[in-house]
Amino acid sequence: MAFLQIDHMTKFFPSHSGGDPVCIFKDVTIKIEKGEFVTTIGHSGCGKSTLLNIIAGLESPSEGGVILNGREAAGPGLDRMVVFQNFALMPWMTVFDNIRLAVRAAYPDWDRERIAAHVHKYIALVGLKGAETKRPTALSGGMKQRVGLARAFAIEPKVLLLDEPFAQIDALTRGVIQEELIQMWNTSRNTVFMVTHDVDEAILLSDRILLMTNGPGARIAENVMVTIPRPRARVTIIEHPHYYKIRNHIIHFLVEHVTHEEETGVSNNGSEKKYPRVVDFEQETLARQ
Amino acid sequence: MAMQGKSSPWMISCFLLAVFLLAWHFFTLRPAFEPRGMSEEQLKMLEFNGDIVRTSEGGYAWNPEKEKVKGVPGPLMVFDKARTELAEAFVKKGTNDHGIAYLVAYTVSRFAAGFLAASVVAIMLGVLLGLNKALFQAVNPFIQILKPISPLAWMPLLLYTVKDPKWTAVLVVFMAAVWPTLATTAFGVSSLRKDYLHVAAILQLTWFKRLYKVILPGAAPTIVNGLRISFGSALVAVVPAEMLLGELGVGYLSWIEWNNLDIAGVIFAILVVGVVGVILDSGFNKLAGFVTYQE
Repeated sequence: MAFLQIDHMTKFFPSHSGGDPVCIFKDVTIKIEKGEFVTTIGHSGCGKSTLLNIIAGLESPSEGGVILNGREAAGPGLDRMVVFQNFALMPWMTVFDNIRLAVRAAYPDWDRERIAAHVHKYIALVGLKGAETKRPTALSGGMKQRVGLARAFAIEPKVLLLDEPFAQIDALTRGVIQEELIQMWNTSRNTVFMVTHDVDEAILLSDRILLMTNGPGARIAENVMVTIPRPRARVTIIEHPHYYKIRNHIIHFLVEHVTHEEETGVSNNGSEKKYPRVVDFEQETLARQ
Repeated sequence: MAMQGKSSPWMISCFLLAVFLLAWHFFTLRPAFEPRGMSEEQLKMLEFNGDIVRTSEGGYAWNPEKEKVKGVPGPLMVFDKARTELAEAFVKKGTNDHGIAYLVAYTVSRFAAGFLAASVVAIMLGVLLGLNKALFQAVNPFIQILKPISPLAWMPLLLYTVKDPKWTAVLVVFMAAVWPTLATTAFGVSSLRKDYLHVAAILQLTWFKRLYKVILPGAAPTIVNGLRISFGSALVAVVPAEMLLGELGVGYLSWIEWNNLDIAGVIFAILVVGVVGVILDSGFNKLAGFVTYQE
């Protein structure tokens, strides 16, 4: 059994017009091993954020469930920390207090000094030394998300859930923070589940990329292996022969397979639709040789 | 012209005040008593009635005692009245004749008791309603009906039930202050950004910590807005409550001076109410500054 398993999960939303409930995604099964970095890409509204919220326990699935480390994970918990798209920092607290709130919750039996030291360590790790007493209003988007990352890493969760974490950050800063995230993850090696619609971000960060079809009734259609060895950097990764293969493949998927219905007719003819098709350019190259 | 462009609002305020005082002074000015054209008989009659008095020079002048209730008193008379009242601010002359400092203290303590009690009750209930959507929707119609009722309309009922004018006055202030804070607190808590509650849920904060670390500070700016409305309406309610109940205070002062037919005293009492309101309001704004934050 995988470390984190999303098991035959289906989510319905009550429809606005009062008719039958709308199926957001159907029978989604995802298996993530310990220490893996898995990203889900899909169009806006395909339900990928809902999927992440369900894993976090902030929403409940209509069918199926989440199994973490052999136990069902229902409801939110400190073992699954989210990095939010709009940061979700308490604007009435300083940077230090925002992180300390989380650390105190995660380690209730630590004393003041130990908590403070731990908070300072993670503030230093994201390069925010000197900004401890600032409030989130005084920070740029990039700095805010650094606080969000520090808060998430500081409680050392089993699973880190990244909900389009860099979507609201300007493009130049985004690249810098992405590399900072890689460094932090290299030392902590948390299991990470990220949702995004940024293809380059997904390739840079992930071990595997799950491609989600559009809703209603979205499902995971493909499982793309990122066959580019780590350590990766933004500058060098684009020179790898697989980079553009993977990138083009994903973009084609996003452009062509807009809805579930179209998708069934076009590419996966004859194959078992229930399970995502594995796309691995490493295997492809070996097979050709 | 260059000076005018740079003139500070303070100077304009002072100028407006001077214009107002001068206009007030001249409109209320009465011509000195003119005995010419009156017979000895008529003058004696006027003196007998107390309309005029003999001056030390042997002539006649309007009786200053009677002047107090004739027409509207000018600023100088009000100033005179204020000086005498302030001079004996800390004097208690009798059971119902306390100095102005005592009256202000009574009003402020009555106001503070009612307002604080109302705020505590309203914030607690408001948080409860804000967190429970169904309960909020169920209770909201009652709040909407109770909110527009003038707090003074409750007074006879309150007086009948508590049978004590002191507590009735406090309860009238309470009634004036409870609804705006209740409604805005419930709104502020229910419209708190879901992200904050999500963080609190993931961090598994206890109910108490969730309330003190997330919900109350998060809704604080909205709650403070409600408190500000409550504050104003409580301040408006405390004056007529004192008048009607005959409880010593600045509102009572205004009424008792009217009963004394001392119009300068009435104007002085009105000014005292204004000054007390401004001081309380600025204190409130200082407190509000501590709990609000920028998004």
